[in-house]
Amino acid sequence: MAKNLDMLEQTKLDKITSDLLRHIRMNKSFVLWLSFLGLALVVCIYAYTIQLKEGLSVTGLRDYVSWGMYIGNFIFFVATSLVGMLISAVLGLSGQKWAAPLARIAEFIALAFAAVAGLVIVMDMGRPERLLNVMLFARIQSPIVWDITVVITYVAISALLLYLPLIPDIKMCADKLTNIHPLLRKLYRILALNWKGTPEQAKLLKKSTRILAIMIIPVALAIHTVTSWLFASTTRVGWDSSIFGPYFVTGAFVSGAAAVIIAMFFYRTNFKLKDYITELHFDKMGKLLVLLSLVYLYFNLNEFMVPGYKMKKFDAIHLRELFTGAHALLFWSVQIFGLILPILLLFFKKMRKPAPILIIAIFVILGAWFKRYLIVVPTLEHPFLPIQNVPLNFKFYAPTLVETMITIAPIILVLIIITILSKLFPIVPIQETIEHLEESKK
Amino acid sequence: MSEQNEQPKKKSRRDFIQQIGILGVGSAIAGSAVWAGINYDKKKKAGDRIKVLTAENELLEIDKNDTTKIKKSKYDNLTLLQKEGRVGIPGKRWVMVVDLSKCKNARKCMSACQHAHHLRPEQHHINVLKMQESKNTPPFYMAKPCQHCDNPPCVAVCPVDATYKRPDGIVLIDNERCIGCRFCIAACPYSARVFHWTTPLNEEEDKDKVYNVELNVPQRKGTVSKCLFSADRLREGKMPYCVSACPNGVYYFGDENEDAVTNGTTKETVRFQKLLADNAGYRLMPELGTNPRVYYLPPKNKSYPFQEGDKSEAEEHLDNNNG
Repeated sequence: MAKNLDMLEQTKLDKITSDLLRHIRMNKSFVLWLSFLGLALVVCIYAYTIQLKEGLSVTGLRDYVSWGMYIGNFIFFVATSLVGMLISAVLGLSGQKWAAPLARIAEFIALAFAAVAGLVIVMDMGRPERLLNVMLFARIQSPIVWDITVVITYVAISALLLYLPLIPDIKMCADKLTNIHPLLRKLYRILALNWKGTPEQAKLLKKSTRILAIMIIPVALAIHTVTSWLFASTTRVGWDSSIFGPYFVTGAFVSGAAAVIIAMFFYRTNFKLKDYITELHFDKMGKLLVLLSLVYLYFNLNEFMVPGYKMKKFDAIHLRELFTGAHALLFWSVQIFGLILPILLLFFKKMRKPAPILIIAIFVILGAWFKRYLIVVPTLEHPFLPIQNVPLNFKFYAPTLVETMITIAPIILVLIIITILSKLFPIVPIQETIEHLEESKK
Repeated sequence: MSEQNEQPKKKSRRDFIQQIGILGVGSAIAGSAVWAGINYDKKKKAGDRIKVLTAENELLEIDKNDTTKIKKSKYDNLTLLQKEGRVGIPGKRWVMVVDLSKCKNARKCMSACQHAHHLRPEQHHINVLKMQESKNTPPFYMAKPCQHCDNPPCVAVCPVDATYKRPDGIVLIDNERCIGCRFCIAACPYSARVFHWTTPLNEEEDKDKVYNVELNVPQRKGTVSKCLFSADRLREGKMPYCVSACPNGVYYFGDENEDAVTNGTTKETVRFQKLLADNAGYRLMPELGTNPRVYYLPPKNKSYPFQEGDKSEAEEHLDNNNG
């Protein structure tokens, strides 16, 4: 009888392993998807070569609105990458076991977005070939130097936080995967770092993962706080705000959570992981998104209502432009479809099912992107002194096609990185799923 | 008591002999040092002396052994012009006073500036704005160069020390170092900075020129440029391009330390403090704490009328303010 039970147990474990390893293989749809992304990236890189040759004049940027879509995109990337810290550190350390299968998805997103954020900022530079000057002549007073320092640190810790818990799973990949190229198997062997699963190793791994999870919290808070200071450190209307740090951080969690929900949905359907990424996960993520959005709404209220009540001369220009002026349509769309409606809808359990929450998450993430655009552009269109004696396109910012393609390029790059990572490594942690199962039995 | 008094007497002879001995050894050492020194000097050849050029442009000849190698600083690989451009002109604190009662929008300052710095027509180091503060106050013309703030927000945010504040008060940009991040443009509340979005004017003709950081020529694509208070002209003892070009006596320029500013048109020199005191001089946006080095005299008793055609543009900024 006991033997039978053991065997049953064994087949169950085998099923988990094979289920979670199943998606690690080349197939037609993967090759097709990747070549589509690759092609799109090549086109966008071509757009960047035009910018390199002609200068930033190929963009809609001019002397007054000198930061535009690129910088908005940069904030969006840094923002979205923060979710890695939220799921694997905050939820992980506070004992939220349900989030364990989502930790790796969150880490993929975190690593990809943070690593590419560095490229986004290079795309905005007038002299990208002088990038090294930032190291050679670094002035510690400049928020840009702080930003570069913390982003690099965050990428490094995120990579480790992704890699360490992955080691037992890599070992499984090396041992259990059939039909893989010998070179790939060798790569797995090397990456598994001689993992044997001894209690000593397991203890060491657990401890180091925990240390990293704690370390990443202040660093993640720092990257987005410093990013907000790129704006808050100026005297410009709309940027000169003391709540910009927390305002950016909470907004970041909203867009990151939405990104995780979207990724969950696609992995669940495409990789046949319905038993592992369940409706419960969507429900929980939906509740989390509501909570985060409510906090963000609170900061939005502060950010717009307090200056709106006083209507100081230049604040008034800025707010009128957002509430009823040229940016009103975008502003209200972002606030309503990207924040208020998602909050209201996600209160209902029905809306937290996979399909509806996917659509809501897409709206939230689009809203998050345009929100960054609205943080950067309107402020610059209204400096303290009038814009005069310049051509009309200096007064109103309109992104060009080349600029749009260059903005899309990093998004494609992120998709490529996430796609490749999820074809190399199990998207749901195998080791942890097994452990979780054993723990729940006791 | 008596015993103590006797002791020094007894010792005195020994002391005397000791002192003689010390003196003797001392003079022997000194003598041999002098002798060695003379010998050493004799051995030296002409080649051991080298010529050096001092910072004051004086040619001196000194012993090679007297030289010490200066520790390499990050400014070592700059050209002489770039180094000079970082030091500034010793003892000076440049100031500009713009008399708004005299400005009739002749724009000679703008064209002289653009000509000197090889700028395109839409690029303004100095820009004459049509201003109106509120509905019932009259419009006026206001020339706006870089304010050369003593607490410059642009310098604070530059990540690479490309834009910097000199001891003589001028804020400059080294466009050989600028990475084109445009953080300074975002930080400047006076919209004083321009960017080379495309190939600078005259790039082809300027390409063999040594970069002069005090003139910012040759201009470089992908870098920031702005008013330099004509630092190159100040070095020659001349007035800035805009100041000399003004036909209407709008600009005074001079040294705060000397408390003297000279009108670029009339060449009349007046006391800087008195000029401000007599005419209620002020600075732009003092609430930002930037401490500009450009002062304005209010547009009182304007010597020229504000052009009818410019009124709508002046009101544009006003309309947005809702009065």
